[in-house]
Amino acid sequence: MSIWEYANPVKFMRTSGAILPWVVAGAAVCTVTGLTWGFLTPEDYRQGSTVKIVFLHVPAAMMAINIWVMMLVASLIWLIRRHHVSALAAKAAAPIGAVMTVIGLITGAVWGQPMWGTWWEWDPRLTSFLILLLFYIGYMALWSAVEDPDSAADLTGVLCLVGSVFALLSRYAVFFWNQGLHQGASLSVQSGERMSAVYRYPLYLTMLGFGLLFLSLLLIRTRTEIRKRRLAALQAREMRT
Amino acid sequence: MIALLRRDLRLAIRAGGGFGLGVAFFLILCALVPFGVGPDTAALQPIAPGILWLGALLACLLSLDRIFALDHEDGSLDLLATSPLPLEGAVAIKALAHWITTGLPLIVAAPLFGILLHLPGAAVPALLASLLLGTPALSMLGAFGAAVTVGLRRGGLLLSLLVLPLYIPTLIFGTEMIRRGQEGGDTGTPLLFLAGITAGVLAVIPFAAAAALRVNLR
Amino acid sequence: MTLLAVQDLAVARGGLRTVEGVSFALDAGQALILRGPNGIGKTTLLRAVAGLQPPVAGRIEMADDAVAYAAHADGLKGALTVTENLAFWAQIFGGGDVAGAIAAMDLTGLAHRPAAALSAGQKRRLGLARLMVARRPLWVLDEPTVSLDAASVARFAAMVRGHLAQGGAALIATHIDLGLDAGVLDLTPYRARADSTARPAGFNEAFA
Repeated sequence: MSIWEYANPVKFMRTSGAILPWVVAGAAVCTVTGLTWGFLTPEDYRQGSTVKIVFLHVPAAMMAINIWVMMLVASLIWLIRRHHVSALAAKAAAPIGAVMTVIGLITGAVWGQPMWGTWWEWDPRLTSFLILLLFYIGYMALWSAVEDPDSAADLTGVLCLVGSVFALLSRYAVFFWNQGLHQGASLSVQSGERMSAVYRYPLYLTMLGFGLLFLSLLLIRTRTEIRKRRLAALQAREMRT
Repeated sequence: MIALLRRDLRLAIRAGGGFGLGVAFFLILCALVPFGVGPDTAALQPIAPGILWLGALLACLLSLDRIFALDHEDGSLDLLATSPLPLEGAVAIKALAHWITTGLPLIVAAPLFGILLHLPGAAVPALLASLLLGTPALSMLGAFGAAVTVGLRRGGLLLSLLVLPLYIPTLIFGTEMIRRGQEGGDTGTPLLFLAGITAGVLAVIPFAAAAALRVNLR
Repeated sequence: MTLLAVQDLAVARGGLRTVEGVSFALDAGQALILRGPNGIGKTTLLRAVAGLQPPVAGRIEMADDAVAYAAHADGLKGALTVTENLAFWAQIFGGGDVAGAIAAMDLTGLAHRPAAALSAGQKRRLGLARLMVARRPLWVLDEPTVSLDAASVARFAAMVRGHLAQGGAALIATHIDLGLDAGVLDLTPYRARADSTARPAGFNEAFA
């Protein structure tokens, strides 16, 4: 029994089909509970009710980065071990990651308006998210432009590797370019209590919810991609005979 | 390898436009900016480093798709891939040829166009140094983008979409260096960053670009 | 001496297997003509032998840097002259006698013309002359006689014969009778079976 067994499409379809309802249910429960709980928290003495957008903003921003990392790992698995499910999972993850990035940017703008008095600020964190969005767009555009599925998987895999390096590089270059207004990491471990427990626990719950939400969307989309590949293969077989 | 470089340079000269077009585009861009923002020195001077770098970047972008597209069409790329020359070396040489035909003329022209944008003379050394260190990375990253998109329909548009985000770090450190030069500040830090990025790009990207080319050839 | 040994080869185009189970060997001095209907995968097979695309299954055994490949595109630059084009490829392939190759394909009178001014047949001849300067033992040729007239075809056949006599080998996909003393391999029986076409690189067999 090894993890690579799930690289077999049939095995993947069977297992993912079995766990999908549970993941979806978990995502729904965690997200709804977390967001409701978050909405019922008291207002912050400085930020007022605007603080409540944190329960959307932080999980979305976190997932935006994590999804890219997941795509990087999946691309590496494809490039090294040639498991098709892995390549298709990376393809399936990209639009979800792009949407998470957009949610992070929009909620950030909505939050920034009352806090900083501007919808957009060329702050390092915001800017690096915008750059991340550009990388997501380029990655998806390349997938849709290449016709042969295996070539597309190879090219996007290489792009993902190079893009990761440059996304990281841009992130630090941007700090050099402009010191920002953005508050530091809200949940930083080493710098002690930044955020009171009243906000922290619902935030953990929404983060878990967004993680499960991503997982359920990823499974659904990967299953769709596998079925699409299967369908194309069947059609090609029919044309031959 | 030298033969490939000589052929590419000869083709650039004979086909015309190899050396001239990029610079002409650069000139037009620098001439249009004052129409957009007004002729005041106070308005132009602060944005001059950025305009010069953006102009260089866009002029570089214009000719990127030609790095591999023509060789792909006429079959030369297939033959190069079956030749004793490693494909990584061919990529590096073609990026070098692109830099000589596009980057080098831009560097020569940049101080002149800086005058148009009221760039103070004190910033010219920083301008030249930043372009000299930064543009090789632009050509190499461009070769990577061209390798990924060679043979694709609508490849040109996709190429800019893929390559421009990769240019961000170079652009940031390049303009920062000129800005510091303009203010008489310390240009050492951005210079080191710029050189570091270019060195890293030149060392690693040929392998990524050759891998992409092999995928596109099969 | 065996220059090329192909065992149980299968190739795919556009993610679909075209031919499978192809085996043959080429010794020094031998030529092999590939035949078969359009779309059977002659070009794909030749590209696999030339190392431009990986085979789906099977083995291709030969020495490194043994192949000179010529296909529909000749790899010529219109802005360069005939001699310059050929000299470039001679330098890249570490090779041979440019003037001799030009003479062999009867291009001497055109040696200083830019390649853009050549006719289709003349370009083809220049593309084939490149084989002589590449100095590779194994020629892999895809429809080499397209747009050649009868005299040029004879000239080309003589060139191939000379190459074979010097211990080279040639793998040629063509429908023309070149008058070579060559084996013929018809790919039709090797057409990929319907149930295996749909599994290009191990994705779908899991569903079977």
